[in-house]
Amino acid sequence: MTEEIRMKAEGYSLFYGEFKALNDISIDIPVNRITAFIGPSGCGKSTFLRSFNRMNDLIPGVTTEGTVFLDGNDISKEDVVDLRRKVGMVFQRPNPFPKSIFDNVAYGPRLHGTRNRSDLAVIVEKSLKAAALWDEVKDDLNKSGLAISGGQQQRLCIARAIAVEPEVILMDEPASALDPVATLKIEELMNELKKNYTIAIVTHNMQQAARVSDYTAFLLTDENRAGNLIEFGPTRQIFTTPSDERTEDYISGRFG
Amino acid sequence: MATSRFTRKMAQGGAFTVFWLMGATAVLIMLFVVGYIMVQGIPQLNLEFFTTSPRGGLSGDGGIYSTVVTTFYMVVVTLLIATPLGVGAAIYLTEYSEKAESPIVRRLVRIARFGVETLAGVPSIIFGLFGYALFVSALNMGFSIMSASLAGACLIIPVVIRTTEEALKSVPDSYREGSLALGATKWETIRKVILPSALPGISTGILLSAGRIVSETAIFFVTLGGSYRVPHSLMSGGRTMALHVYYLAMETRAFDKAMSTAAVLVALIVLMNLAINLITSRISSKTR
Repeated sequence: MTEEIRMKAEGYSLFYGEFKALNDISIDIPVNRITAFIGPSGCGKSTFLRSFNRMNDLIPGVTTEGTVFLDGNDISKEDVVDLRRKVGMVFQRPNPFPKSIFDNVAYGPRLHGTRNRSDLAVIVEKSLKAAALWDEVKDDLNKSGLAISGGQQQRLCIARAIAVEPEVILMDEPASALDPVATLKIEELMNELKKNYTIAIVTHNMQQAARVSDYTAFLLTDENRAGNLIEFGPTRQIFTTPSDERTEDYISGRFG
Repeated sequence: MATSRFTRKMAQGGAFTVFWLMGATAVLIMLFVVGYIMVQGIPQLNLEFFTTSPRGGLSGDGGIYSTVVTTFYMVVVTLLIATPLGVGAAIYLTEYSEKAESPIVRRLVRIARFGVETLAGVPSIIFGLFGYALFVSALNMGFSIMSASLAGACLIIPVVIRTTEEALKSVPDSYREGSLALGATKWETIRKVILPSALPGISTGILLSAGRIVSETAIFFVTLGGSYRVPHSLMSGGRTMALHVYYLAMETRAFDKAMSTAAVLVALIVLMNLAINLITSRISSKTR
């Protein structure tokens, strides 16, 4: 592919103590595209996603080999606070803070130095609009972030991630805790967001990967239970003419 | 078939009756104790009782003014010492200690945890003896609010640590992840997300500790002295209300005044427990 590359993993392996969870993965995440990681439970796709903003650093005993790059720079050498500002994350279960909707979105900008109330108000409005939530909450910005529906909470978390103007948004099964209508909204939103952001998403829902993503990576555990990248390519190609038999078996629902 | 169903129903009925009776007895005993103290204590209560200090001597004349003041000072000073230490230790234990790499630190953390568990079960008079030996004699602070508060702090720090740890652990990890993923440092995450969410739980622990200071006697018997005068500095001795109840009952003829003081004390403890319930119910309504 001749896309501009935002993030890149090269020969990346991850260990929990002695146990190898990810084995020698290399992948390119192109700019302004949605890249989906699919695979059966336990294949390491979430762990791999969390390698892009170094969330695995939080787990004691995790070591890694190989390199992950953001815009050509080795992220392990970067300040983790800067890295996470540039690489935002949306989690499986909506996790708004027990604060007002306004304070949830303003949390990141405040951390990074925006104090002025009217500047913050501009950022909050812009972010909520970008997350397609503004019209639903504009009159209730002081309401608790926990008091809105699950789908709204997840869009609030997306707005919170957008508010610090990241380059990349990582999404770890962002719709798995939501009903179909809310899921559809998130998917539409992702299509909108990719104009300005690079998105990587983990999903166990193959229809979802087929619907929203431009590129798909299929991960599978080997005989040692380490996650391997089996196949990576344009989503259409992975879903119609996979080159690996295991990909085809998984796509056609023969296991997983 | 029919008999077995009948016996099962009988057994069920019997068990229900037994447990009902036990529950009712427990409630009755409690009501009787509180009721007895109230009936004996309340009739002598009047404004003068609250505004005059005990006069000392065998008669037990006077009110409880100075003991209320001393109790107040004791609660405030003890909490000022114990809260920062206890909350700080709990933050370290829950938020930082897991990440410690060095085996020496890990061992120290294990010893600290064990120490906290053990200290929470040590009888208060032991803390009193310790306070007497260290603060009253060795450090020459004498029988004073300072000595007693330091000894009292040793008594309640384990309580503060444990309740704060519980409160911090009940904050979902997803809040921590959410904050860190936005580029917050660990300290920013603790200060802006974790502590505010844990605050109701932490306040409950602090209120429980305050209740402990109000109700303890043995530990203050050997560190606070027992002076019935209004304390004028941290180095003054004094007696808390609970201690005053003991003195009145054992060393004067004014048993009725002991009952009145006890009634005031019980009312205070009930109020504090109501406050704790209020906070706890607010937590549960917040977390849905």
